[in-house]
Amino acid sequence: MDFNHTEERRMLADSLRRSLERGADWAALAELGVLGALFTEDEGGFGGQGFDIAVVFEELGRAGSEAPVLEAGLAGGLLADCGQTDLVERIIGGEMKVALAHAEPGMRYDLGPVSASAHDGHLSGRKSLATNAEGADLLVVSALDGGNTALFLVDPKAQGVALHTTPALIGGTISEITFDRAPAERLGDATTLETRVAAATLAVCADALGAMETAKAMTLDYLRTRKQFGVPIGKFQALQHRMADVAIEIEMARSALINLAGHLSAPAPTRDRHVSAAKNLIGRVARLVAEEAIQMHGGIAMTEEYALSDVARRLVAVDHRFGDEDWHLARFMRLSA
Amino acid sequence: MDLNYTAEEMTFREEVRAFLKAKLPPEIAEKVASATHLSKAEYDLWHLRLAEQGYLSGPWPKKFGGQEWSAVQKHIFEEECALAHAPRIVPFGVAMLAPVLQAFGSKEQQEYYLPRILSGEDWWCQGYSEPGAGSDLASLKTRAVREGDHYIVNGQKTWTTLGQYANKIFCLVRTGTEGKPQEGISFLLIDMDTPGIEVRPIILIDGEHEVNEVWFTDVKVPVGNLVGKENEGWTYAKYLLTHERTGIAGVGFTNAGLQALKRIAHSEMQHGRPLIEDPLFAARLARFEIELMAMATFNLRTVAGADAGKAPGAESSMLKIKGSIMRQQINDLARRAVGPWAMPFVSEQMEGNLYHPGPEYAAKASNVYLNNRKISIYGGSNEVQRGIITKAILGL
Repeated sequence: MDFNHTEERRMLADSLRRSLERGADWAALAELGVLGALFTEDEGGFGGQGFDIAVVFEELGRAGSEAPVLEAGLAGGLLADCGQTDLVERIIGGEMKVALAHAEPGMRYDLGPVSASAHDGHLSGRKSLATNAEGADLLVVSALDGGNTALFLVDPKAQGVALHTTPALIGGTISEITFDRAPAERLGDATTLETRVAAATLAVCADALGAMETAKAMTLDYLRTRKQFGVPIGKFQALQHRMADVAIEIEMARSALINLAGHLSAPAPTRDRHVSAAKNLIGRVARLVAEEAIQMHGGIAMTEEYALSDVARRLVAVDHRFGDEDWHLARFMRLSA
Repeated sequence: MDLNYTAEEMTFREEVRAFLKAKLPPEIAEKVASATHLSKAEYDLWHLRLAEQGYLSGPWPKKFGGQEWSAVQKHIFEEECALAHAPRIVPFGVAMLAPVLQAFGSKEQQEYYLPRILSGEDWWCQGYSEPGAGSDLASLKTRAVREGDHYIVNGQKTWTTLGQYANKIFCLVRTGTEGKPQEGISFLLIDMDTPGIEVRPIILIDGEHEVNEVWFTDVKVPVGNLVGKENEGWTYAKYLLTHERTGIAGVGFTNAGLQALKRIAHSEMQHGRPLIEDPLFAARLARFEIELMAMATFNLRTVAGADAGKAPGAESSMLKIKGSIMRQQINDLARRAVGPWAMPFVSEQMEGNLYHPGPEYAAKASNVYLNNRKISIYGGSNEVQRGIITKAILGL
């Protein structure tokens, strides 16, 4: 039993943290190997294991990064599954950004059923809540083809594609996309969607853990420096005890993430039981940390200007991505029965 | 990262399992499973079997006859014992006093007392808390005044667990009043047979006799029974607290409790179906199981850290808080699961009150729930632990 990351992963995490503090751009992230860490050697990367994803996204979450790394792993992973070696190589090299357009209105947190459809190399339908699709060079889009759900490659600038984009609560952007007989290249059946979504859910959990650590550090700093009644407010036991509980729950979240990362490659029922256990717990703790950080800061945390607002929004958004506490609790119960 | 046990650790687990299967008397395991209190003879028998196997002193250093178990080994041992419903090892002698004697006792004290702990000749109890010194232990007032070759001890200790079985007590006593309260405390070993000692039972909220008051009136204690130096007892007591941390979360007990709860929920019926199928109950159970999965890993992270020589920091306090809350939650769920069968109040201490009309698993559900409210109070209340955590991470 060993709860330390390998030397390579520690080095990647350290250099990623420093680069993000200096405001690393997309090219810098690719240069560091952040994108390569999301793919296995067979796929052209040098990672792709649960703990590779965990270390990368914890740092991205800690820094509040809006870079579309999750999409690179999710849409890029599906491309790898469909044998698109050249595209994957360009993604890992930072030359190309991709995003997944899968969810549709009414699907809520389920992965289906899909109603967009494709005929004769053209795709039509409406996709919903696609993260970081704006600015992507290529979209991976799911659609019905015959009786199966298949994946297609679509150029977002092509005729018949329209994006309606808004900022996302979690950071980055979120788009409603309509496809009206848009040119689409068929990649293959969407047989690995659940596997890739499991990895992306791990990424969201790790991102949340990083954001929790930032919220904790900011709150501790504020408790030490903010004075009221002539003393730092951290002297007050009411706040100390809230802070202690937050610190404990963050360790629980970290433990849940370790459990998930260690089982990402397990057979699907075991893997998904761990995905749901972790996502349920981390969804709950992320909200708790956001609420407590705001409460312990007081009024200043209500302002958009103060940096905690981004962190708090990111933490609240965690529970809305890839299934919330209740959705995962119900799935955990089904998988435990 | 590697979430698996090593081959050696797996072998050790198998050894412990085989030992428990061969040597744990089924009637004792049944009593533990049904939360029936054990007699002194039953505890003694179990301790002796553990001692014969070398398990009682497993964590002790080799030079005192131990096996220097790693924290992971200790964890495995505790986990297996809990699952097999083995009696808990009464910790006062073997796990609390022994490490203090090994670190600070004289050679004579080590040679005399340590073997007697393993043989069961001595049953130790702990004289720390007083009516006026609970969370603020350093304010203790039991006085020991030096007169020639003896200390004369006067005062009162309380919450003395299983003191009714003990022939010895280790006490924190006040020997000085100068300086900070912590500075005038000494660590004294006292024979319970000494004239002037009186043990009075305290019956707890669950109706059981588990703890006692111990009164000292002009009790003569030879100066040779002082551990270490006079007025430095507080250091030894603190050493004891930092020494013990693998078991602090009680994950083994919680896990055993979860298994028991599932069995209850399969037997109890609600609307003509097993309770386990009730969606509200099943959701509570699932939420708990998710927390326990994380808790087990949190505990192991700390245990593995201890083996790697990491300083305890705030983790033991975190484990104490979360672990105690979870143990209490599982007892709460078990009490709810037995439904109306929780209403009869069975107590071994109350005359003619041993009959419970319901299923066996229901007889003690309320008692256990009530008794374990103590876990978030003893050993430094959860509020004291939160203070320790914030001090460590906040530095204020």
